[in-house]
Amino acid sequence: MAPDEGRAETALLLRKTRFQDLLDHLVQAGYRVIGPTVREGVVTYDEIHRVEQIPRGWVDLQEPGKYRLRYDKNNPFWFSFTPGPISLKRYLFPPTQTLFRVRRDNGRPRAEAVIPDPPRYAFLGVRGCDVRAVAVQDRVYIDRQGQFSDSYYAKARERCLIIAVECQTFADTCFCTSMGSGPQVQSGADLVLTELPDAFVVRSLSDKGQAIVSALELPPAAPEQVAEADQAVREAAGSMERRVDTTDIRNLLLRNLENPRWEEVAKRCIACANCTMVCPTCFCFTVQEVTDLSGENIERRRVQDSCFNPEFSYAFGTIVRQTVSSRYRQWLTHKFATWYDQFGTPGCVGCGRCITWCPVGIDVTEELQAIRNSDGERGASA
Amino acid sequence: MTEASVNLNNGGSMHEGTETVLEPTTTAHPLTPVFTRVVRVRRETKDTWTIWIERPDVYPGHRPGQFNMLYVPGVGEVPISIASSQRESAARIAHTIRRVGPVTSALVALRKGDYVGIRGPYGSHWPVGSAAGHDVVVIAGGLGLAPLRPAVVELLKLRRKLGALALLYGARTPEDLLYQRELAKWRQVLDFQLLVTVDRGTRDWHGHVGVVTTLIPGISFDPSRTIAFICGPEIMMRFAVRELLSRGVPPNQVYVSLERNLQCAVGFCGHCQLGPKFICADGPVFPYDVIEPYFLVKQL
Ligand SMILES: Cc1cc2nc3c(=O)[nH]c(=O)nc-3n(C[C@H](O)[C@H](O)[C@H](O)COP(=O)(O)OP(=O)(O)OC[C@H]3O[C@@H](n4cnc5c(N)ncnc54)[C@H](O)[C@@H]3O)c2cc1C
Ligand code: SF4
Ligand code: SF4
Repeated sequence: MAPDEGRAETALLLRKTRFQDLLDHLVQAGYRVIGPTVREGVVTYDEIHRVEQIPRGWVDLQEPGKYRLRYDKNNPFWFSFTPGPISLKRYLFPPTQTLFRVRRDNGRPRAEAVIPDPPRYAFLGVRGCDVRAVAVQDRVYIDRQGQFSDSYYAKARERCLIIAVECQTFADTCFCTSMGSGPQVQSGADLVLTELPDAFVVRSLSDKGQAIVSALELPPAAPEQVAEADQAVREAAGSMERRVDTTDIRNLLLRNLENPRWEEVAKRCIACANCTMVCPTCFCFTVQEVTDLSGENIERRRVQDSCFNPEFSYAFGTIVRQTVSSRYRQWLTHKFATWYDQFGTPGCVGCGRCITWCPVGIDVTEELQAIRNSDGERGASA
Repeated sequence: MTEASVNLNNGGSMHEGTETVLEPTTTAHPLTPVFTRVVRVRRETKDTWTIWIERPDVYPGHRPGQFNMLYVPGVGEVPISIASSQRESAARIAHTIRRVGPVTSALVALRKGDYVGIRGPYGSHWPVGSAAGHDVVVIAGGLGLAPLRPAVVELLKLRRKLGALALLYGARTPEDLLYQRELAKWRQVLDFQLLVTVDRGTRDWHGHVGVVTTLIPGISFDPSRTIAFICGPEIMMRFAVRELLSRGVPPNQVYVSLERNLQCAVGFCGHCQLGPKFICADGPVFPYDVIEPYFLVKQL
């Protein structure tokens, strides 16, 4: 049996007229539904209850350094947008988290760990890139060879449900096909939806997903519907223009640590850290001591950090990465080279966020190609 | 604590060069410390103190070269190398701390009976066990002697199994020398080449003056069968490594201990990366051949 036949056999149909039932069922099942919605001119992920909150008919235009939304009342599609600046990272790994509080028993201090109790999130409308980003994060936060697993993330992940929607339109900044993360979703989600003008083809990839479709008693999708949906996704995938040549990319970058291109990009980069903030896989954090005025209430917090901040590399009384070129190099080589060593996967999923949200329009794909074109050149070191 | 009660865990190691890693103190969240008491404080120099703390029950024991995260509530937490060997005492752990900023100032202000937060031990260690049958050259610059001290203590216990054994130690001035009494004792040990140098002498200093690498020609060792442990400022380590390699010590037998900004100590906050390596989890002790491609790149 060809894999596509397997997909067809198990495919169900969710009419758009019944989409509210899905939302209601998720709430009844105890989930907090986080889905795409328009806020302040961008598609973001936020709590939603009603289908009307989904950006139906909205289309985003993304380019290096630019993001615009357009509403098309004739567009029957509900998911014609690509990722906005917010990813699931905000929910699974919140930007600020209290780790522990210090209590005193007769003068003896005690660190009281905050026991994580994340909500049961149902993430709806997650695109292939973001599904993959969660899989990448799993390796960072949980699957550390018995080393350290992050208790908040692990619990939030265990409790959550992921409902993916495969993309049929792309922004100019998308390059998921190069990173193998989309638009098709084969794993990592509980349910995968593929959109037709009036319905969704639904596939379940897990027991959790199966429980939802069983409860909704969805009818099977007709083979033609499945074929039409799959065809649309495949065609779209073929039309994606932005590409990264990932051939031997780890070694390419590691043998070009002194390539003059790092200096060149540093002339444009303003080290604002936007790229790391919007990236769905960037995980670096710093730890802060928070004390009230009395000095009695002390807690330690973990706060999102960025390798573009100068203090990030502060050690032995100095900043190790003084130059912007060394910080950009750290970022790019981490995503596309050393991540493989650390986690057996690239750190990039091709969502294009860092390209769109870079205020000066620096484009990772262009930078990688520039390094490839000048492979082996050495400039003044970073 | 006896060796047998130490919880040896191989699965925790992400490091190629060293054999076993002790599982760190586990609490509800890996970043949560436990509190213990200071049992002794000794001033070493004008800006450096050694602080002994009671070993917490949950603390599994450590190996030379590993470090702990020490925490002062309301001030902060910093990585500090472990300056004692558990073969000296099972009940207490020493840290030698230089006062440079807010957290280290708070740590050195602690007195006997005060509480301090600790989690650890973390990181890779000096492969003291694999030194048997080798000549051993230990090179320390400044505070770099602190993480090497437990290695020297254990090497001295292994003395009969080693070939030549040398400790080369450089400090800024004679007043900056750590562990002065112990150095005097070590000088009496037979077959232990201990050479000390300072960058700037004083009137009553009759010893060597000059950087620590200038001591290397003064010791006898057989390069091809030498294992070297080096810790100190990066520039000093670069020169020391270069000197040893040029004499024919194989790069995979030279170990260096590196320092970077480090917040979590469990390979997770991202700060301590040097190329693919997390200094906290893969290091701080690295075989030189493993770290060289990254160590030599500026601002990596
Ligand atoms: C593996 C390792 C072992 C070390 N062993 C010792 C030792 O045995 N003895 C010793 O005296 N020092 C040691 N250090 C250095 C020590 O951790 C720093 O001196 C200390 O962090 C400085 O903090 P501070 O607040 O006193 O000073 P500042 O330098 O003013 O630091 C201000 C803040 O910056 C941050 N910071 C500064 N340096 C570092 C760093 N390396 N990592 C993370 N955050 C940092 C801290 O949050 C600190 O509160 C070691 C460092 C590492 C990485
Ligand atoms: S590096 Fe850029 S394109 Fe890749 S996952 Fe991060 S934000 Fe998306
Ligand atoms: S690459 Fe762009 S987004 Fe990233 S730090 Fe530089 S200027 Fe900011």
